[in-house]
Order: sequence, then C-alpha cells, then structure tokens
Amino acid sequence: MDSVFLFGQLFTGLSVASLLLLTALGLALSFGLMRVINMAHGEFLMVGGYLTFLAAQAVGPGFLWLAFPLAFVGTALLGALLEATVIRRLYGRPLDTLLATWGISLILQQAARQIFGSTGVPVTAPPWLNGAVTIHGGPLDSLTFPYVRLFVIVLALVVLGGMWWLLNRTRFGMHVRAVNQNREVASILGVNTRRLDLLVFALGAGIAGIAGVGLAMLSPVNPTVGAAYIVNAFLVVVVGGVGSVLGAGAAALLLGFVTALAEGLTSSSLAQATLLILVVVFLQWKPRGLIPTQSRALEEG
Amino acid sequence: MSHKITDHKKQITFLLALSMLGSSASAQGTVKVGVLHSLTGTMSISEITVANAAQLAIDQINAAGGVMGKKIEVVKEDGASDWPTFATKAEKLLTQDKVVTVFGGWTSASRKAMLPVFEKNKGLLFYPVQFEGNECSPNIIYTGAQPNQQALPALEWALSKGYKNIFLLGSDYVYPRTANLILKKHIAAKGAKLAGEEYVALGGTEFSSVINKIKAAKPQIIINTLNGDSNVSFFKQYQAAGYSATTLPVISFSIAEQEAQSIGPALLTGQYATWNYFQSLPNPTNKKFVAAYQAKYGKNAAITDPMAHAYMDVYLWKAAVEKAKSFEPSAVRKAIVGISMDSPLGKITVAANGSLTQAVYTGQSGAGGQFKVIGQSKGVVTPQPYDALTFPGKSCP
Repeated sequence: MDSVFLFGQLFTGLSVASLLLLTALGLALSFGLMRVINMAHGEFLMVGGYLTFLAAQAVGPGFLWLAFPLAFVGTALLGALLEATVIRRLYGRPLDTLLATWGISLILQQAARQIFGSTGVPVTAPPWLNGAVTIHGGPLDSLTFPYVRLFVIVLALVVLGGMWWLLNRTRFGMHVRAVNQNREVASILGVNTRRLDLLVFALGAGIAGIAGVGLAMLSPVNPTVGAAYIVNAFLVVVVGGVGSVLGAGAAALLLGFVTALAEGLTSSSLAQATLLILVVVFLQWKPRGLIPTQSRALEEG
Repeated sequence: MSHKITDHKKQITFLLALSMLGSSASAQGTVKVGVLHSLTGTMSISEITVANAAQLAIDQINAAGGVMGKKIEVVKEDGASDWPTFATKAEKLLTQDKVVTVFGGWTSASRKAMLPVFEKNKGLLFYPVQFEGNECSPNIIYTGAQPNQQALPALEWALSKGYKNIFLLGSDYVYPRTANLILKKHIAAKGAKLAGEEYVALGGTEFSSVINKIKAAKPQIIINTLNGDSNVSFFKQYQAAGYSATTLPVISFSIAEQEAQSIGPALLTGQYATWNYFQSLPNPTNKKFVAAYQAKYGKNAAITDPMAHAYMDVYLWKAAVEKAKSFEPSAVRKAIVGISMDSPLGKITVAANGSLTQAVYTGQSGAGGQFKVIGQSKGVVTPQPYDALTFPGKSCP
C-alpha cells in the first residue's frame, strides 16, 4: 500500500463518516431522545433528494441556496404532519411505532413512484462543485480531494455543530434534555412535552432533508434510495450510544474509518460483512454504545 | 316426481352442452400466452417497459388477425422482483392458465428459479436479456446476448482502440462474476493487462474506496458490469474525482438508453456501451417499432436492447408457430431453429441452441441519453453459451 493510496483511504474514511453522520443525526434525535424507531427516516432523505431535484428544475445549476431551505422546511413539515397524525398516538408502544413508520415508508416510496416515476431523477452537482483539489509533487503527488466530498464533510460538521449548540446552549435544548431525563418531572415543571415532541420530530426530519441534498450529489435520487441508507444510519445510532448526538459523531467517524480500512485491504462487498461482524462484537463488549447517555426514559424501556 | 328429475337432467345436459360449446368456441378464437416480469419492486424500473414492448407486439399481431387465425390472449403476472415468486407464477401460468408460451424474466436469478418449472411442465420461455451463458435448457429461448455477443466484442473493441490496461468493475452477483471470469481469460490470452477487479454489493452507493483503487491501478479503460442504481452513484463519484470519458473511458454492459436517462445524460457524455440494439439504429423495422412504442407509451419513452428483444420474441414465436402449424411448445421449439427475420436489431437467425445469431454494436453516449453507433461486429455473431477458453469441452447438446 503506497502512501497516496493510504491517504486516499483516510480521506475516504472521513468522507464515508460524513455521509453516515448526516444520515444518522436526524435519527439520533427521534430514536435516541424520543424512543421513536422511525423506519421512515430513509424516506425523509429521499424526500430531501426529490426537493433538491425540484429546486434544480426551478432555478437551474446554482440551486443549492434554494435546495437547503426547501428541503429542510419541506421534510420538517412532513415530519410534523406525521408526528401529529400517527406517531403522537403511538408513544410508549415501540413495536407499533416500528410497524406504523414502516408502513409510512412504503407509502412515501409509492408516492414518489407515482409522482416522479420508478426511474430515478437526474441531479448533478452545481458546476462550482465540479473538480477537485489535487496535490502536485512531493510524496503525495496526485492525491485528490473532490470538492463535492469536501462540501459534504463541511455540511456534516455544520449540522453536527448546529445540533450540539441547539441541544446544549439553548432553552429549547435544555427542555429536550430535561424531557429525555424524566418526562413526568419535566412536564410538572411546565415543559410543554407535546409541543416539544412535535418540534423534535420535525427537526429530525428537517435534518434528514438537508442530508438528502448532500446525498443527491453523490447518489441516485429514486423511490428506494432511502432503504440503502437506513441500515447504516441505525448502526451509527446504536454504536454511538442511543440518545447521544456526540456519540453519533464518534460512531460515524469510527465506522467510516473501519469501512475505508476494510475496503482498502479487502473488497467492497467483503468490507460490508466485516463491518457488520465488528459491530456485533463491539455491542457485546459495550452494549450501551460509545458515549451512553443517562436517561430514565431509556432505563424504563 | 319422476318427470321433474328428467327435466333437471335435460337442463343439466343442455347446460353442459352449452358450456362445452362455449369453451370450444373460445379455444377456436384465442390462444393464451403469459407475460411474466417484475411489475413491482426494485427490478420494475427495467422490467415494466420490457413487458410493455411484448404487449405492443401482441397488440400489433392481434390487430393484423392473430396467429393461425387465433387472437392472442395475454395473462400478465408480476414476478415482484422476488425469484421464488417467478417460479410460483410460472407454475400458475403453465398449469392453471395453460398458456402455450411465456415471455419473461430479467435477472439470471429469476431465470434460474423458473428453469425447473418450465422443464417439469414442458413449457416454453422466451428470455430477452443479455446473460452469462453457461446454460442451455431445451425449454428456454435465450434471445439476449451470450457472453461472446456482448462482453467479448466489447473487449475486442477496447483492445482495437489501444486500451490495453483494463479494470473490471461489477455488482456482486452471478452475471458480473461470470462475465469477468471469461473476460480475464481473454485479457490474458490477448496479452493485455488486468489492472484490477472490484465488486460492489447490488444497490451499493459508496465508491470512494473503489475509485481510490482505480486511481492506484491507473487503468486505461474500465469495463463496467454494475447493475441498477449503483451506476448513478458510481458515475457521480467518478466525475467528482475528476475523471471523464477522455481521461478514463468506461464501457458498460447494463447501461442502455433508459438507464442513461436516469443517470443523467450529462454524467455519461462520451462513455461507451455494447449491445445488440440501440434506439438509434437506422433500419426501417426499428424506425417503425420506435414510432409505434412511443405512440403508445409516450413520445419521449426510451427504448432499450432488452425491450427490442422482448418485442421481437413475440414475432419469433409467431413465426415458429406458423412454421410448426401447432401451438404445442415442443413443436414450436423444434420449428424455431433456423427462422430468420428482419427485426429492429437488424437481420437475426435462431441457432440450434435456441439463441440468436445477431450483430453486436458499440455505442457512444451523447446528449439526451441516446447512443451513437461507433463500432459494429463484422456481420452477425453466432451465439456460444460456453466460452471455449474458459469452459473447454463444454457445449450445448
């Protein structure tokens, strides 16, 4: 393995980690903080992708300024609608939630098929993201960092930072943490838990929408694309420690680098199997994940 | 009492006679065929349009008077992208609906699931998609390309253009693995160099490591057997890494006009594909087929190699039935050998092994997802289910 290949794989690890983190953050919110196993999370990513496509149709190649707000607001509204109509009625019934959200994911997939057709829609990155930073000369000659991948890494960092700030530095975040630690007491102390549930679920969906914009530049936008990401997103949440945003960040990095290492040493399909085996072993060793949160709600579950 | 019973008996006899009349009348007027493709699930993207193409041919034949004076009645079933479902639906078509032939299948897995059903019930299946060879059931007519009608001509074209260092990239299942096994033998035999070989799980979306490996291997061309949506991810990430058709061309076996539309023609500009058919082929039969399909299914509908094969399969079956003067599957199978016709693919002939002698084209992708033919086999290519170099001594009976 020469040094260019090695550094290339390190960058791959970082890039895979950023994608994992983007897809998992919204899930970490709804799964971790509210104990809602949202099987439709992948479909929020898909909706974000389709909204990116619509933005690109509306304003042409420089669509990102429109795509981000459109995808965030669009999926957040969809999330709020689902919370108010379905998920709110199923709190405390994890198996029912699982089944209901899975049903919702099928409905959303079929809706996408009806509206946009079963073939995917083409979305290409705007021209200013075409190209790459290439190192010339020296021991790392011809090592390249594609702009799109750098962009997704920055996007993941911004979203992670924003969420950390929101949860740890704002009154809203304090309420979220309070409800997470003890729902009854928080409610007695005047936190409107119903409103909070709605907002947290909508926020999780909105973040998935933003992730969908990033994914659209590297992956297909079609009715089934959400399913391709949902398993890895759950892996990140479980390895990170259920309910922990920073844990999700650490898990994404860990899984990203393990994937890149395994893919570098073996082949892509073998790497996926290796990753799953390592996760199973890891959970035997640390069943509560990398950074477990103390939560009465979770202990009850 | 007694005369009442006789009345009943008379009524029953009358009804029986009536129903027998009815059934023989319908048997005289129509003949049932099955169309079995995935109308739902992940493969429906490709298979719905293939089912449409078969339906178009059936409609045209019915409008022109049918086959041997009988109208074709279609029994359409959904394989649901699930291989065991293909086997159950095939069994249902053959034993309950009693269809005389079935047009269907796309993935090799679905074909392998249906094969024992057709052999057991002595049915006949027309399979329209390119595949890995290594199989010749007397109950299947394989009209898609054998490996020597797509993979090997593509390799020869690449070598003739001076691309001697080749990277093989594919999805991880039987077709890409077998096709590449054959390609590797021929790459070695021709004195060219194998730069690397990599497989990604079907539906995989992450190509960063693969592209890094390609970068380290420095190939001159990539032979791509990725299937489905993975192609979208691959071409997006390949372009992001700074590659283009001029710096590192890709020749693909599973990207036709329809896939080109969904990948986004801009990403594919200048890339290559090898097939027995392109929508842009100028022969008059093809122009008529394209016009008829687009009139029925939308004027921007893309038309692909498997669709053209599926359309032609129905006409091949009709010709074989008329030659055999029978709908009986084994008689049709016997009669079909040697039949020759002008199809959208150009002139084709059915060989003794049930595959087609057909031409092979290499196309280059341009604007709008259409391919321009830039290379063509010398005349037609005889189908070889077993590659002589990779599987010596094996052949079809």
